[in-house]
Amino acid sequence: MMELQPVHATGPQETFVLNLGPQHPATHGVLRIKLTMDGEFIKDAVIVAGYVHREHEKMGENRTWAQFLPNTSRIDYLSAMMYTHAYVGAVERACGIQPPSRAEYIRVITSELNRISSHLVWWGAYLLDLGGMTPLLYAFDDREKILDLLEALTGARLTYCYYRFGGVLEDVDDNFIAGTRAFVKEFRPRLRMFRRLVSENIIFRKRVENIGIIDAEMCRKYGATGPMIRGAGVPYDVRRAEPYSVYPELDFEVATDPAADSMGRYKVRMEEMEQSLRIIEQALDRLPDGPVMAKVPRVIKVPAGEYCYATEAARGRFEVRIVSTGKLIPHRIRLRTPCFGNLSLFEEAARGMMLADGIAMMGSLDLVIPDIDR
Amino acid sequence: MNNIFKDVAGGFISLMIGMGITLKEFFRKPVTVHYPRESLKMTPRYRSHIIFTPDEDGASKCIACNMCVNACPSQCIYVEGEKKEGARKKSVTKYELNFTTCSLCGACVEVCPTDAIDFSKRYNLASPDKERFRRMDLCKDLEERNRKK
Repeated sequence: MMELQPVHATGPQETFVLNLGPQHPATHGVLRIKLTMDGEFIKDAVIVAGYVHREHEKMGENRTWAQFLPNTSRIDYLSAMMYTHAYVGAVERACGIQPPSRAEYIRVITSELNRISSHLVWWGAYLLDLGGMTPLLYAFDDREKILDLLEALTGARLTYCYYRFGGVLEDVDDNFIAGTRAFVKEFRPRLRMFRRLVSENIIFRKRVENIGIIDAEMCRKYGATGPMIRGAGVPYDVRRAEPYSVYPELDFEVATDPAADSMGRYKVRMEEMEQSLRIIEQALDRLPDGPVMAKVPRVIKVPAGEYCYATEAARGRFEVRIVSTGKLIPHRIRLRTPCFGNLSLFEEAARGMMLADGIAMMGSLDLVIPDIDR
Repeated sequence: MNNIFKDVAGGFISLMIGMGITLKEFFRKPVTVHYPRESLKMTPRYRSHIIFTPDEDGASKCIACNMCVNACPSQCIYVEGEKKEGARKKSVTKYELNFTTCSLCGACVEVCPTDAIDFSKRYNLASPDKERFRRMDLCKDLEERNRKK
């Protein structure tokens, strides 16, 4: 005779698999997360990345050094300037090219403008994830002003391809400088408005405070950088830790928050926008006269060897490692993108969370999927 | 019980602040344009697909040197040229751009020794016919523009 088993021994332990993505609006692109759910709780999460893998690293191996430039804007399309900066910086370091100081200042101004626009997209999209539609429209209103400025300067709205080995493509004009100054002036009260509207909103605070704790130890374990690690109280910023360009000459603070929850990361990004405004103002005041391009050979040949260059992108540390054999074509281009590290901790951090809280945490990671897959 | 009152009061204040901001924004000037009826003018540096810049006689300045072909990261340019009798330099006979693979990086414009190509400002580019973009004939385009003049 078969032994009878009590029902509760099998019943409550039942789990089911839930596919979050690859076509889910909360994943902001084609990211798929296979969740093993225990009711409303996430028991296990498996990340399936690679849906928009485009072989950027391999592409680098079959084109000349200059021909790889357009690729750099297409890895993280929201903060393209910083990515181009890292690649251009690596080649400049290898060839010993010193860009003129005016070009360096222009790079800083455009990079910081790009950082603000990137954070604005995150801000709007994050609140959209949490169920608030209006902030997205306010954020895009301000972002549009930045994109207009950068479009007038570079000719493109997202994939700028504006930096060149030894400087920048074209000089800034008076319109750009006046427009940027006006934007900085306009944007400060807007940031205050964002704070009143969202940061202090009780519904928002209940959704994000003490949700998704990612401490410094976990960030270190998975290589998470940028606002993630700064939101865990570690003041790690490539602009200060490995100073590049003219950042050492500029006065700004590295925004940190000890909370380590989603709210901590939120506050860090909001503070970063404020600091970026400060950097832009200072850089505009100090903008020296002179050329924007150094003397560089028409055909770039990088001396044999390995070279690295890291920049602080909007999502964290972006590093380019180039390996040259002295030929016209790179031997290897390795891209260390921040989002990959930032996402990989999701598996551990999401365990035991409720699904809705998991989304609130994932939004605070600020993921850009092409940046993960590249 | 005390907490519930606190939550309700806090929520009400948040709501009032939110509605206040919404009301203020409601009376602001619109930030968008009504696209099909009005459209924005593109800035001088705007990068759309390349076109020929004509010389004083309306002819192309291209000397078919193939430098743009070599500079292009996506191999989307095809150029043919010939040396006409009595002419010092080659002149272009065929210039085809595959706009479906072009990434508008501007390497061709930068490298051109005679400034024969430049970015156009056309952005209303949509067609049910892919071939229109796969083989964009710049020579023909210049002829058409000259005829319209």
